[in-house]
Amino acid sequence: MTVEIIGTYATAILLLIGSGFVAVGVIGLLKFNDSMTRLHAPTKVGTVGIGALLLASVAHSMVLGELSMHELLIMAFLFVTAPISANFIAKVNIHLRSCETPPSPPLDDTWATLNAPDDGEDTTQGAKSA
Amino acid sequence: MIAAQGLLDIALGVVFVTLVLGQFLSMVRLVMGPTSGDRILALDTMVINALGLVVVLGIKQGVQIYFEVSLLIAMLGFVSTVAMARFILRGDIIE
Repeated sequence: MTVEIIGTYATAILLLIGSGFVAVGVIGLLKFNDSMTRLHAPTKVGTVGIGALLLASVAHSMVLGELSMHELLIMAFLFVTAPISANFIAKVNIHLRSCETPPSPPLDDTWATLNAPDDGEDTTQGAKSA
Repeated sequence: MIAAQGLLDIALGVVFVTLVLGQFLSMVRLVMGPTSGDRILALDTMVINALGLVVVLGIKQGVQIYFEVSLLIAMLGFVSTVAMARFILRGDIIE
């Protein structure tokens, strides 16, 4: 009985925490005024917000009497893939010059995604399109 | 038990409203986003919100079968985000 009550309270509180982070992330996605700053907010939705909702699901399965840890698998997957997709989107922003270009890396003269394609790359692209 | 159940019902309602509102706000950013990076980011956020909706639906109905659905949505969302970013970066997805 007490386990059920504690689990129900934990589920409700984790759901509220998750919904708070989802709201903050989505409002940030809508309200910020620069592409790179807009990238900052929704990563919280993917990690903390959905993580809290999945932990709430674990707590609720404990209430129902059959404890399942499968949700931690989704959490691990999201924690691994969220930085990768954020990195790709930041690279798209640098590539399209939709943000202020960050200072050049110390060993190269510019960022790799801003380099004009070399002749080998260029001929294959041209041959493919022609 | 009654108070805890009432709190859980209120929390479920709040989470549903927040997630659906999040879908609408992301859709606004998807439509008006000035650059392609913003549109990819808005689509990624919408996929994440849909994943949250499926998880919360599983909590409300008290069943476990939505686990596979949410795992599949997570994998498809990541792959589609990377594919769209690759298409803009390289002009091709699989070179």
